[in-house]
Amino acid sequence: MSAKRIDQIARWTVTAAAGLILLVLGYILGSVLINGLPVLSWHFLTSRSSNLEPGGGISMQIFNTIYIVTLSMLIAVPIGLGAGVYLAEYARPGRLTSLIRLATESLASVPSIVFGLFGMIVFANAAGLGFSRLGGAATLAILNLPLIVRVSEEAIRAVPADLRHASLALGATKEQTIFSAVLPAAVGRLATGVTLAAGRALGESAVLIATAGMSSPRYLTFDPLASGETLAVHLWAVNAENSLSDAARIANGTAAFLILAMLAVSLGIGWFARRLDRRLAGQG
Amino acid sequence: MTAEAMSPLKIVPMVPKVVSPAPEAPEMATLAGQAETDREVEPAVRVRGLTVAYGSTPGIKSIDLDLPERSVTALIGPSGCGKSTFLRALNRMNELFQGVATAGEVLVRWDGQFQNIYAPGVDLVELRKRVGMVFQRPNPFPKSIFENVVYGPRHHGVSNRALLAEAAEEALHQAALWDEVKDKLNAPAAALSGGQQQRLCIARALAVRPDVILMDEPTASLDPISTGKIEDLLGKLSKDYTIVIVTHNLQQAARVSHKTAFFLNGELIEAAPTLQMMTNPRDRRTENYVTGRFG
Repeated sequence: MSAKRIDQIARWTVTAAAGLILLVLGYILGSVLINGLPVLSWHFLTSRSSNLEPGGGISMQIFNTIYIVTLSMLIAVPIGLGAGVYLAEYARPGRLTSLIRLATESLASVPSIVFGLFGMIVFANAAGLGFSRLGGAATLAILNLPLIVRVSEEAIRAVPADLRHASLALGATKEQTIFSAVLPAAVGRLATGVTLAAGRALGESAVLIATAGMSSPRYLTFDPLASGETLAVHLWAVNAENSLSDAARIANGTAAFLILAMLAVSLGIGWFARRLDRRLAGQG
Repeated sequence: MTAEAMSPLKIVPMVPKVVSPAPEAPEMATLAGQAETDREVEPAVRVRGLTVAYGSTPGIKSIDLDLPERSVTALIGPSGCGKSTFLRALNRMNELFQGVATAGEVLVRWDGQFQNIYAPGVDLVELRKRVGMVFQRPNPFPKSIFENVVYGPRHHGVSNRALLAEAAEEALHQAALWDEVKDKLNAPAAALSGGQQQRLCIARALAVRPDVILMDEPTASLDPISTGKIEDLLGKLSKDYTIVIVTHNLQQAARVSHKTAFFLNGELIEAAPTLQMMTNPRDRRTENYVTGRFG
């Protein structure tokens, strides 16, 4: 076979692979939105779910999802960013550094259901939180930590050394250099990493079933110790455990809303990060 | 002030390769010898037996050099000769690179007396307030023009807005940038041109009120016009500051400096008033370099 022919075949093959991915994504998105969008109504979004009669909505699940994802990011981002700063700026090659890296990498490959059961044992049982938003958020934070550590370390390492040197040469301390020169320059990449983590938290169910629980308080409350079923958990629960006549309809609606929410979050934070980058780069 | 008045010397045509002045080279009236006699020759920095090694390879070997106060000293030599390493040793920036070992003394005038900056217990923050630095490529922070200039003072504890504004204006005036940016101090520094950014970096270094300013090929990435502006600026600044500039451009060394030091393979071959270095070097290797036989 001629080199030219092989070249052609190679092109077709990789194009087909890319096309296949697009096709799968399109199919999933399409079927979820086609089945789910008609369900989304003001009533569906603003009324409570019911285990007893058809016609329930997802208002509490929306609230719980925002609450738990926000809380988990509030826990995970400072810790993950701190560890990322340590690894990128302070850690010297050695046993401790390799141990920290090994730990974060191992954490990253643990299946999420294991985190869920771990969270149940530690937060729900041992710490006595029971099914709670706090326990769920803490477990989600642990799930997301490795990702946040890695993206923060990479974002910080990507900042040109010139900028650090400029700051140090002006007589700034290392701490001042990190907070005033390095992190502001890394903010775009950091925001991208946080978006990834938030998106993952938004869609996570296995971690939350046994920690945040599958029920919601009877009234609107910000109590972190109340249980809080999120959208993703609701989607699973409705399909798995519910015998209501409209279970499929509710699941479709929930799935569509979840996908739209994830899109909104990634587009929103992406837009924010680009804007921030542009402003700092002087084009906006 | 015109360019002539601030240029310390004129390069005298003596060998083919060095004669053609760069486009921005101003016509000059003074000669280096004259300029030198008018100046205080007391050193601001004394370097004694300075050796910097990376791992096993010595970067620079046992350098002795005096840097005269309130004048421009140019460090010249081919790539890899150790001139930048020498420069970074003067504010201990080499230590940011792993595996760098330094021996010898760098004595900086500090509260009226010479202090070895490599002595134990020297405060690097205090050192770098006295010995500032400008880098090869403009490296403004991703912040506004104003915040770039006040970066130093702000981190040294000045928080009074009026004081910071005053310091910013003074430094920008000194760096000959004020007129170009006074109406857009809150615009991002990255919106400035490369040459403006480099003058902003000079202003940023000046705002810390150092005694000595180190410049590592500050015009290497700039166009001739921006280069000319920075060279003019050096002439002005040398009335108040001790400036050390690394350059691979001989004409630039000739245009801006009062003293020139020639480095080769990590050694200081020769250091003398610039005019003498350019026209009548003592060492054969210096002569070969300034006449363009290698570089």
